[in-house]
Amino acid sequence: MGKVIVVTSGKGGVGKTTSSAALATGLAQHGFSVAVVDFDVGLRNLDLVMGCERRVVFDFVNVINREATLHQALIRDKRVDNLYILPASQTRDKDALTFEGVAEVIEDLRERFDYVVCDSPAGIERGAQMAMYFADEAVVVTNPEVSSVRDSDRVLGLLASKTRRAEQEDEPVREHLLLARYDTLRVEQGEMLSMDDVVEILAIPLLGVIPESSAVLQASNSGIPVILDQECDAGQAYSDAVGRLLGEELPHRFLQSRKKGFFARLLGG
Amino acid sequence: MKFFDYFRTKTDSRKSDSARVAKGRLQIIVAHERSQSRKLDYLPELQQEILKVVRRYVDVDEKSIKIDVGQEGNCEVLELNVILPESSVA
Repeated sequence: MGKVIVVTSGKGGVGKTTSSAALATGLAQHGFSVAVVDFDVGLRNLDLVMGCERRVVFDFVNVINREATLHQALIRDKRVDNLYILPASQTRDKDALTFEGVAEVIEDLRERFDYVVCDSPAGIERGAQMAMYFADEAVVVTNPEVSSVRDSDRVLGLLASKTRRAEQEDEPVREHLLLARYDTLRVEQGEMLSMDDVVEILAIPLLGVIPESSAVLQASNSGIPVILDQECDAGQAYSDAVGRLLGEELPHRFLQSRKKGFFARLLGG
Repeated sequence: MKFFDYFRTKTDSRKSDSARVAKGRLQIIVAHERSQSRKLDYLPELQQEILKVVRRYVDVDEKSIKIDVGQEGNCEVLELNVILPESSVA
């Protein structure tokens, strides 16, 4: 039986889809079979970030409505073995994801894969609650910024009350904090909440800190999960996060800005 | 210009403290919202059920029942106020 991991945040634009793509790809690189599922009905984007947008034939809603089999709808990644994408539907019908339908698909995926990564839509409405309901673990993506931290706290409240594990009084969903868009220089200048600040406020274990990096946009521009770019710090930070998700103990890197030398500062470089 | 900037930042190293302000504000609002969400979970339902019981004996309307959870030292106190209509007392 596979594990279901929801990638969620409450606030939009903090890096849920980027992180879903990276973590799913990283898990597959470790040799696990992984399905990454886009729950953002009407605003499908995981396919673009994964670079398989032109190969979408059937989607999540088609599977629920039995217009296609799961096997037909899953798109196999061409770069990493055992990695599959289940795209969201572009329908404007908000109720397209029925509770029973989602339950059935998730259970099916859980049987076939080691990991099922659920990319949640923003907000705390039905779509987001559906994405988290079946989760065993949750990756809460947060930016070091007041609105994102507050929304993450709201989401943690939902994870503790509106999930299957909570309702059945099972062991609670295991929560992980993924701090993204971290700018070490601004933290050092006192302009940005630090890793310690955010960890103290949200009080959940830290999975990783992803530095602000131009490589993230470049990766999504070309439809390549940023974790496949091991030249850049963001890609390496995601790899570390995947390692920690699998129980490895790794030090947090990229927490200090590269100090400018005397001459660079003197010359305003 | 840059030459003098170097020494100035060295001497008074003026840092922004907006991150500290952000942290303080967040700690307050998050603590407040956590206590709120704990309350909101069961209170409305509790209020409805108490109303039902009271109505078996007295005809009160919805607004005459107030229910609140407060904090007194280490204890959480459930406060319940029912205003009976004048006719029922007479």
